[in-house]
Amino acid sequence: MSDVTASHRWKIEKGLSGDFIFKAVTVLFAFSILVILMLMLYEMVSQSLPSLRKFGGHFMTGMDWDAVQEQFGALPFIYGSVISSVLALLLATPLAVGTALFITEIAPRRLGGFAASLVELLAAIPSVIYGLWGILIMTPWLQQTAQPLLQKYLGFLPFFQGPAYGVSMLAGVLILMIMVVPIITSITKEVLLAVPRSQREAAIALGATRWEMIRMAVLPYGKSGILGAVILGLGRAIGETMAVTMVIGNNPKISLSLFSPAYTMPSVIANEFAEASSPLHSAALMNIGLLLLVITLIINALARLLLWSMSRGAARGAKL
Amino acid sequence: MNSKVKLDDLNVHFGGTHAVKGVNIDFPANSVTAIIGPSGCGKSTVLRAVNRMHDMTPGAQVTGRILLDDTDIYGRGVDPVAIRRKIGMVFQKPNPFPAMSIYDNVIAGYKLNGRMRRDEADEIVESSLQRVALWDEVKDRLKSNAMELSGGQQQRLCIARTIAVRPEVILMDEPASALDPISTMKIEELIEELKERYTIIIVTHNMQQAARVSDVTAFFYLGELIECGVTKKIFTTPDRKQTEDYITGRFG
Ligand SMILES: Nc1ncnc2c1ncn2[C@@H]1O[C@H](COP(=O)(O)OP(=O)(O)OP(=O)(O)O)[C@@H](O)[C@H]1O
Ligand SMILES: [Mg+2]
Repeated sequence: MSDVTASHRWKIEKGLSGDFIFKAVTVLFAFSILVILMLMLYEMVSQSLPSLRKFGGHFMTGMDWDAVQEQFGALPFIYGSVISSVLALLLATPLAVGTALFITEIAPRRLGGFAASLVELLAAIPSVIYGLWGILIMTPWLQQTAQPLLQKYLGFLPFFQGPAYGVSMLAGVLILMIMVVPIITSITKEVLLAVPRSQREAAIALGATRWEMIRMAVLPYGKSGILGAVILGLGRAIGETMAVTMVIGNNPKISLSLFSPAYTMPSVIANEFAEASSPLHSAALMNIGLLLLVITLIINALARLLLWSMSRGAARGAKL
Repeated sequence: MNSKVKLDDLNVHFGGTHAVKGVNIDFPANSVTAIIGPSGCGKSTVLRAVNRMHDMTPGAQVTGRILLDDTDIYGRGVDPVAIRRKIGMVFQKPNPFPAMSIYDNVIAGYKLNGRMRRDEADEIVESSLQRVALWDEVKDRLKSNAMELSGGQQQRLCIARTIAVRPEVILMDEPASALDPISTMKIEELIEELKERYTIIIVTHNMQQAARVSDVTAFFYLGELIECGVTKKIFTTPDRKQTEDYITGRFG
């Protein structure tokens, strides 16, 4: 009897229980993610050093990108990435939230389920397919139909001026929008489905119509989750390489007009890295990669901050 | 007493389940009617039929008539939204809107009427909170989040939110079952007050509560109305054996 107790105690004291091993393994895994991130940062910084030394902070504000003159400035790429992603998000968010509302609140169950599986399917299509569709179908349509129309009716705005090439910032924005809508939709759908029935019934019992119920109970309850979905979409958009490279025109120029070609950070890395002409050129590309990583981290941190500040109210709700 | 709500051969089906079977009841105006019966006997289902809550449940089918005064609320051309504004509902679990302040919760339903003046809203909020005896407890923090209130306060807030819409009938589905005895007592006092203006139908599992607050009691069993009558009589000399067994706790 005392033997059993003793061995038991030994186990607890030596901490060799399954729990301990499980904990150790998970901590190790969690820690390794941090280590990998650190190694990546270190590696990118050290590879960017020639560029960092030569251009310093001017790298982010420089407008020229000239491999022959060895003059490298990243501003056109930063501009291209940020503007294309943000505009894509602005267009995609209402569309995605509307689609998710249709699926969860309005469509009959069968139709909603069908639409939902269609959306998941869209999210799974490889980006090169989107790019091909963009080149073969969307850009000719933009060049021949959409851009002339925009120019005719909205041409007084600086955003819709200049020659219509098809490939353009506009094309990049549209392809990104099409690619992030499914992601935002499917996450928003889950968020809306998680709104408790008691919340919907509270609104309905007050005499709310369906739309009033959505506005009063469903959207406010899900707003931090929806915001999370949008941020994930932004992360996807800013890192997207293939499809954007294929339609945005790849011209490092900063122009207000959405008709003019642009260039993004991932695109320039993908296009030039294999044939970088000099060590400084590769270093500059690495430097762009470093910037991209930092921007992504900043977006994530901001998102977390926003979610955290919003969810303080909702957490009190969940506690009930 | 003239009846405010009248169930006329009410049947509710969920797919193959016949949950409420041919029920006829008169709910007298300005009185409290308690619905009692064992779990699963269809109390909530009856209650939710009265403000057309089953419209939201796919597969639920309601037949028969429910008269509010003289209109059949399931009649052709009747707008369920308009019905629900006349027949409010309080749920078992307090369900304030967590993203809103106390003030906004109270005014949420009334606001659906359209634009209103600021002082009009203030007045509605104050009088509704007064009526549920919550005003003194929250008047200094109307702008704080509704989830900061205790469970009992939240339930009174939900009642305030319901009466702010100025309904004629209030349905309550076990409104005090999640609350402590003090909060329960407050809710019961409140029900007593409210019946001067409203017709109240309350589902409860608590026999003492039914005996304390109600004027009329209806006993349900397996989807059927077994007996309905003046509360004092139901609790002292019921006509049916099943009723007696249930209220004395001898139920098999
Ligand atoms: N949405 C629904 N779908 C299918 N069946 C349902 C639904 N709601 C209720 N029922 C069925 O109807 C019957 C009555 O349920 P109801 O909720 O009215 O019981 P109750 O008397 O309120 O019970 P309790 O005291 O436990 O709340 C039960 O058999 C239940 O399974
Ligand atoms: Mg019930």
